[in-house]
Amino acid sequence: MSVVPVSYYLVLSAVLFGLGVVAFVFKRNIITILMAIELMLNAVNLAFVAFARAWGQLDGLVFVFFVIVVAAAEAAVGLAIVIRIYQNRQSLNIERVNLLKF
Amino acid sequence: MTVPFILFFVFALTAIGGALLLILAREPIHSALSLILVMMSLAGLYLMLGAEFVAAVQIIVYAGAIMVLFVFVIMLLNAGVEERTDYSKMAKYAGIPLGILLLLDLAHWMAHSLIGRTPANGAGSANVMVSTRDLSVQLFQKYLFPFEATSILILIAILGALVLAKRDE
Amino acid sequence: MPMLEHLWIILALPLAGAALNGLLGKNWSKTVVNSIGIGSVSLAFLSALEAIREFSLLPAGQLSFFKNYFNWMSAGSFKVDFALQMDHLTIVMLLVVTFVSLLVHIYSTGYMAHEEDYYRFFAYLNLFVFFMLTLVLAANIVLMFVGWEGVGLCSYLLIGFWFLKPSAINAGKKAFITTRIGDFGFTVGILLLFWTFSSVDFGTVFAKAANMPAESATQAGVLTWICLLLFAGAIGKSAQLPLYVWLPDAMEGPTPVSALIHAATMVTAGVYMVARMHVLFSRAPIAMFVVAAVGAITAFYAATIGLVQTDIKKVLAYSTVSQLGYMFLGCGVGAYAAGIFHLMTHAFFKGLLFLAAGSVIHAMSGEQDMRNMGGLRKQIPVTYWTMLIATLAIAGIPGFAGFFSKDEILDAAGSGPNAHITLWLLGLAGAGLTSFYMFRLIFLTFFGKPRYDEHKVHVHESPRTMTVPSMILALLSIVGGWFAAPHLLGKTDYFEAFLHPVFAAYGVPAGIEQGASLAGAAGEAGGISPSPAMELFHALTGPPVVLAIIGLLVAWWFYIRNPDAPKKLAERTHGLYKLLLDKYYVDEIYGALIIRPFLWISTNVLWHVVDERVIDGTVNGVATVAREVGGQVREIQSGNARSYATWVVIGAVGFTVLMLGVWGMVR
Repeated sequence: MSVVPVSYYLVLSAVLFGLGVVAFVFKRNIITILMAIELMLNAVNLAFVAFARAWGQLDGLVFVFFVIVVAAAEAAVGLAIVIRIYQNRQSLNIERVNLLKF
Repeated sequence: MTVPFILFFVFALTAIGGALLLILAREPIHSALSLILVMMSLAGLYLMLGAEFVAAVQIIVYAGAIMVLFVFVIMLLNAGVEERTDYSKMAKYAGIPLGILLLLDLAHWMAHSLIGRTPANGAGSANVMVSTRDLSVQLFQKYLFPFEATSILILIAILGALVLAKRDE
Repeated sequence: MPMLEHLWIILALPLAGAALNGLLGKNWSKTVVNSIGIGSVSLAFLSALEAIREFSLLPAGQLSFFKNYFNWMSAGSFKVDFALQMDHLTIVMLLVVTFVSLLVHIYSTGYMAHEEDYYRFFAYLNLFVFFMLTLVLAANIVLMFVGWEGVGLCSYLLIGFWFLKPSAINAGKKAFITTRIGDFGFTVGILLLFWTFSSVDFGTVFAKAANMPAESATQAGVLTWICLLLFAGAIGKSAQLPLYVWLPDAMEGPTPVSALIHAATMVTAGVYMVARMHVLFSRAPIAMFVVAAVGAITAFYAATIGLVQTDIKKVLAYSTVSQLGYMFLGCGVGAYAAGIFHLMTHAFFKGLLFLAAGSVIHAMSGEQDMRNMGGLRKQIPVTYWTMLIATLAIAGIPGFAGFFSKDEILDAAGSGPNAHITLWLLGLAGAGLTSFYMFRLIFLTFFGKPRYDEHKVHVHESPRTMTVPSMILALLSIVGGWFAAPHLLGKTDYFEAFLHPVFAAYGVPAGIEQGASLAGAAGEAGGISPSPAMELFHALTGPPVVLAIIGLLVAWWFYIRNPDAPKKLAERTHGLYKLLLDKYYVDEIYGALIIRPFLWISTNVLWHVVDERVIDGTVNGVATVAREVGGQVREIQSGNARSYATWVVIGAVGFTVLMLGVWGMVR
């Protein structure tokens, strides 16, 4: 009975991460960008779990736990900021949020 | 073709499909829903990797709370299709190719890494079913300080979100 | 030997006087300024006397005293000490400088009495004395150069003393810049000297040079080059051809300045330098000849210009240039003692001539043009008699100081070991012309009918502060030459004997006879040693005396007997007259050939191109580049989050490639 090597999971993790980066750069809606960040974090979580499995240690899982918690906090605050931005600029297009320039 | 492989590919393709949908969707709500799809398939993958607690947390917290928050905000702000603005030449021309490059680079190294040869499940894998008990022992002993720090972090996040989203009187 | 150990006191006194008067004198009364100014110089004079007295008590074999006070600078093997020395030559120079300076200081209290910046004048004058004494007492060439440059500076300050007058300022600049050209040669000479001898100390250099053979008369060796370069400095400082042009213009300064600096002391620094470096010069025949030739030609040339000048001070200026030529002629033919002797007598009678001219100008309330004078001898008798004595001295009339010194020089030029017939003839002709134009000056100024409006100009004799120094100098102009009286009788004169140890100190170089010993040289060559009476007869009827008397008679004929003759002669020889009057157009030639091109280069090349385009351009260019680059770089901060995100991704990709690919962190 053949088994799935860990590298498969890692490659999947890399692919998801890359797609997350592409979405991050490509999309224009702020909320979508935040979701792309969440996608990247998820990909990383997958890698952690895969490594935890590969080395037989629990530390990877603990790390995943913390990543999820931090992602939650970040999503909460980030979305609050998005609401604020929407109230100020009346738009969710990230290119409209361009006041921090030279 | 054994069951683990088939399962793996099903979940993997679903995840990748969800990610692609996230990129290609025009409405943000579609992107949110496809992200939920990705998370679900990832939860399945975690189960395959023997991390049941993490899979559960993923579904409950990540897909169940965070994504719901996203959906709420999308509904609140009535986010629709965004206007097509194209102010950043850099992002247009360099961003996507670079992202793909990053993807390929990482994938290549992940594929050829030594550790990657280890089997993930079945014979030869570190056949340890992680119990929640073991996990919590780690969490409250070795990682106690980060745990407490994280709880403060959450508190700060709550306060921050409250202050930020408060309506000006 | 307290004074001798502390020779620096002689220097410190006038320096202190200059500092006190210069920094604090503005608010002091004239009496206080006088006391400090004159007091410092007179104390310096007395200290010099004391030092000389102590020097005379040294054991008989010791010919020079040397004292190193501290090491001024040393860089590797280049060591310059603040070291002073005293030997017989120094003694002569010390006495001349301090005593004549003292007299001029006293004179200035009268001449500059109505001057606003009284204190500044005395401060500068004291400062000058300090630098001149440094030059004279220095025991190495760099310290001498300090004094050399310092007197140049004071000359500039004093020529341009009335700095609100444009002509005075220009004259000061001209003096400084022209001597600077010479000083450049001097500096290169010092460098070459150090390179050759690895030392700048006179004692060390001379000892080493004494072992070097004389260089050939056709090939220029390193000694010749050193001497020529040093002499270039002397040409500038002592106003010889071609760098004499600053001296006539220097007459813009107050007359005491002309008397002290441009007659008695500063301009003689070049002669002193040549005499001091005689060890090197004696071994470089080409350089010696150049010195003598430049001296002789200048002597004649300047005399021709002086023939027709109408400003009383300009006549004396050209006369100074001419007499300096005689001094160099003397040194150049090896008669160093004769050159120094003439330096001393010249200090007396030329200093007196200037002081007396100052008296005349003072009497005429500022008039300097001789054509507007006349018949003054009855009205300012003291001035007249002193000036007459000085004129007799400079003309070389027997009995007066100039006769002895000039005679010795011409003797050496004509029949000494390095004699040259052309030089002798030039010197002789110059002597005749000197006599003529000096007596012309006397006759125009003091004789004949007054050519000025007697009602407008109130001629008055000068105060005693001005006449007494003049009288002292007049006395010296008579007796100052009597040191050489034995020379008339065919024996070595006292002066030359006094200086002989200095000039014989480093031995006679192989192949060259030293021309210092004049005594009986001509007579011995003739085989029979003539009697003293015959020598005297020869001396008194020699060509120089004859020409002097002829000059006197011609001047008398032109200006007393036939007052219209000069004008008629000038009309007949119009071209030549104009040429002489306009000083051979040398200033104009220099202006066109040298100054205008330099100004053009300075303006168009150095200023517009180098300064504006290159230097400013580089500095501004750097700033412009910084600004432009900054302007470009800041556009990264576009405010657009997507481009920021892209930059982040670029960084991430780069780092990932580095980590995984290059550094191989994942195996």
